[in-house]
Amino acid sequence: MTGSKLSQHGSSGNQFYLGAVTSLPITLSIFAVGMVVGVLAAEKGLTFTETFLFSALVFAGSAQFIALEMWGTPLAVSVIVFTTLIVNLRHILMSAAITPAIYHWPKRYSFIALFFLADEIWAVALTRAQRTDLRPSFYFGIALPFYLTWITSTLTGHAIGRSIGDPAQFGADFAFTAVFLALLVGLWNGRSSVLPWITAAFTALAVDTTWHGPWPILVGALSGALIGALQYDFLKAKYAAVSEDIASDQESS
Amino acid sequence: MSEMLSVDPYVFLAIIGMAFVTILTRVSGFVLARSFAIEGRTKAALEAVPGSVLIAIIVPMVFATGPAETIASLITLILASRLPFILAVFGGVGSVVVLRILLAG
Repeated sequence: MTGSKLSQHGSSGNQFYLGAVTSLPITLSIFAVGMVVGVLAAEKGLTFTETFLFSALVFAGSAQFIALEMWGTPLAVSVIVFTTLIVNLRHILMSAAITPAIYHWPKRYSFIALFFLADEIWAVALTRAQRTDLRPSFYFGIALPFYLTWITSTLTGHAIGRSIGDPAQFGADFAFTAVFLALLVGLWNGRSSVLPWITAAFTALAVDTTWHGPWPILVGALSGALIGALQYDFLKAKYAAVSEDIASDQESS
Repeated sequence: MSEMLSVDPYVFLAIIGMAFVTILTRVSGFVLARSFAIEGRTKAALEAVPGSVLIAIIVPMVFATGPAETIASLITLILASRLPFILAVFGGVGSVVVLRILLAG
């Protein structure tokens, strides 16, 4: 759908391909995670169709995982939906952060892109946007293979169940940590990253000792952003003071 | 077979509800950021978000799981600053598998 539409514009096909290649590590990693979610869905009694709809419509790995942990009979629909909202609150910050890179796109592309704004796609797209112009075709080159892999892997996990053995044995549980660490190296923004990142690490770790789930991520992200803003105010005040000094020096001489 | 393909109405409701709130969070940041000018301190705050989110997601695995995960994280960072992305990821995952075996024995 997007492929044929976008290839009308110059090298969009190339950009789509480039996006797909760039997203290979996250696509491979998501396969392992999707298998785990699929196995869990089968154990909780979801049918094949339900598992398909679950992955195709919700498309939020961590929220789906936490929801399945809470799955039971009778199904606590409102509690599950509310928990999903809390788990996904970080996406408000994330979509705001990627807005400068996508707001000038044709509007429907921006909104379709937002549907696909899973953590991994967002991180890869943002890394791209920091270096060069993020084109819709590149973004969908990341998103589509990732999305299809997510659906396929949960259905595979659902079909074969526990027989695959412990995913930790293959380091599958570490795959996303490795992906995010490698992405972090690309997101490093020099000295202005130091304080927000250290703050995020410490607050998230501190919260994690008591509350798991979404809270460490939410608190870490917000405190990192807060330090980023304070740092800006501090540097601005310092800069203003320095330029005042220069001004008064010039007056006195 | 029909049982495999059936959809329970409550399950469907849960899925639609989850999908709705997920899309809501993903769209609302965009709508908010587009209606207000992103400059100055707001820009500085949002620029700190990507790294902070990723760090907050991984710190429990990096620092609160065990020495194998902490060392493998360090190896991944070093690899990522020298090698192509995908090699750093494979190197990191490979090193955690090896380290878990070494440190368990």
